[in-house]
Formats: sequence, structure tokens, C-alpha cells
Amino acid sequence: MKMELIQPFINAADAVLAQGLQSPMSIGNLSMEQEAYRRKGVAALVAITGDIEGRIVFDLDPQTAVRVASHFAGGEVPESDDLVRETVCELANQVTGNAVTALNDQGFHFRVHPPVLHTSELGPTSSEDTEALVICCETDRGSVFMNIALRYSVELSGERAAAAGE
Amino acid sequence: MEQFASLKRSKDGQPVRYLVVDDSVFARKNLARIVETFGGQVAGEAGDGMTAITEYDRTNPDIVLMDITMPQMEGIEAAEKIVAQHPEARIVMVSSVGYQENIVAALQRGARHFVQKPVKPEVLYEVIKYVLGEDGAVANAAGAGA
Repeated sequence: MKMELIQPFINAADAVLAQGLQSPMSIGNLSMEQEAYRRKGVAALVAITGDIEGRIVFDLDPQTAVRVASHFAGGEVPESDDLVRETVCELANQVTGNAVTALNDQGFHFRVHPPVLHTSELGPTSSEDTEALVICCETDRGSVFMNIALRYSVELSGERAAAAGE
Repeated sequence: MEQFASLKRSKDGQPVRYLVVDDSVFARKNLARIVETFGGQVAGEAGDGMTAITEYDRTNPDIVLMDITMPQMEGIEAAEKIVAQHPEARIVMVSSVGYQENIVAALQRGARHFVQKPVKPEVLYEVIKYVLGEDGAVANAAGAGA
């Protein structure tokens, strides 16, 4: 997976989390994942189609999700509250939307689909084209994991190969 | 959360009434909290474009805050349908996807302005003031409804 696709997501996560949580965010571990995705806690998946295809999973362990949701709600939110899951979905939506906006400025065109709660323990196995990059965003409320699996669409891959004379 | 000088309706000094449209309950609550710091009142909420149209007819709000990416009917299409029926409707698109073609499409189909998520209250406040124009007044400055 190309870093040119990843950097906008890092920038967007920084902007959304730092503004929302009103504290700095830092990037922790980055790792490639080729095994099936294993959910850590409360996770939201946003699918992207267009010139670049794939999905982003935004994943917080349950305690972190409660702390983040409580911060946004301005008061304690119980773990069972739907607002916890809603918060994770909306953060995923905002980070993806901001990243896609930046990628659009580079000439890529997309459709962003509404976030859905990712409830299964295991996700799809990454393929060679869509191996996932897992980015750990450290915040003062805990770690926020972004699992990003994107690839150029078939049409765009062909155009890029032709342009490169392959 | 920061408090702002109240925005009132010029004609009667009453709070500005908002219709908040977003498929995320979290986003709707967040927007509601923000507009309340402007002295506004949430007249209705909707989670998709279809409901937004019926809620507009029911509540006749001063401002609609409309998300773009939603199930059933997206925000730009809903904005177009509302404006077709109510040319006076003031619709502000609020979306995390802020690229130019989206903004242009929204404005061409009747939206008055665009605010990117995450929403900065001070930005939304200025946009609301701009969109209200002479139909809105800052309570402390104009004395309307103060």
C-alpha cells in the first residue's frame, strides 16, 4: 500500500482527534497486517469506492471508547450506551471524510459510504493488493487504532501502469 | 463549551430555529449543543434525507444543518427537494467530505453554505450569521430579543 494514500489519514486523525479531544495526539506503532483483522473493541468500518477502493476500520478498546464518548457527551456514558458506538462511527466518518477530501485535492475521486458498526470478531483477510496498515494513534484518553486497507481501482491501476510504460 | 452572543430572528426577536439532519445521533447531539450556545433552538431532527423533507414541512425552521452522506436519500438531493418546494429555505451543508465538487454540487442544488466536520463552533456561528443576513440579529448588538 502506498504511503501517499496513508498520510492523509494520519493528518486527518490528528486534526479530528486533537480538536475533538482538545489534547495532542501522537502516532505510536505502525504495522502491516496480512492476517484476518481481529477487532479490539468498539469498531466502525467505512467503505470507499472510486479511484481508490477499500475500507478503514476505526477501533477503540471498550474503556477507551467509553472515555472518548464521555468526553464528547460532556458527562459519563455507560459502556452499554449506543452513544459509545455512535461516537466511534462518527469519528471514523470524520477522519475518513477529511482524508478523502485531501486525496481528492490530489485528483482522486471517491464515494464514501456511511460508517457501519463492525461487530464480527474477525474481518476479511487482506490480499496482496489490500494488505492493511494498522496505525496506533495515542491520545490522552487511550489508543485509537486505524486499520487501513486501500488499493487503486482496477481502471486506475491500468492507467497508472500504462503511464509508467509497463 | 464557549458561549456566543445570541443570534435571534430580526422579525420577532425569538431564537433561531434549526432542523438538524444527520444519520449519526452523536453528530446531531453535537450540533444541537453547538447551536444552543448560539441561543438557538432545535425545532426538529432527522436521520436521513427523506425524513428531513417531512420534518422541514412540519417545523418550518429558519436554518437547516444537513449532512451529505446518509442512507436512503443523501443530503444534497434532500436539499434540492426542499429548496424546490421552499425557495426561501436556508440550508447549510455540514459534512466531513469537503472536496470542491461536493461543495459546488450542494451550492448548485440550493444549499447556501458549507461547513466541514469536525465543526468548529466559531466557524458555524459566522456561517449562520452570514446565511441569516438581515433576518438574523446578534441580540446584544441589535437588542433584538435581549
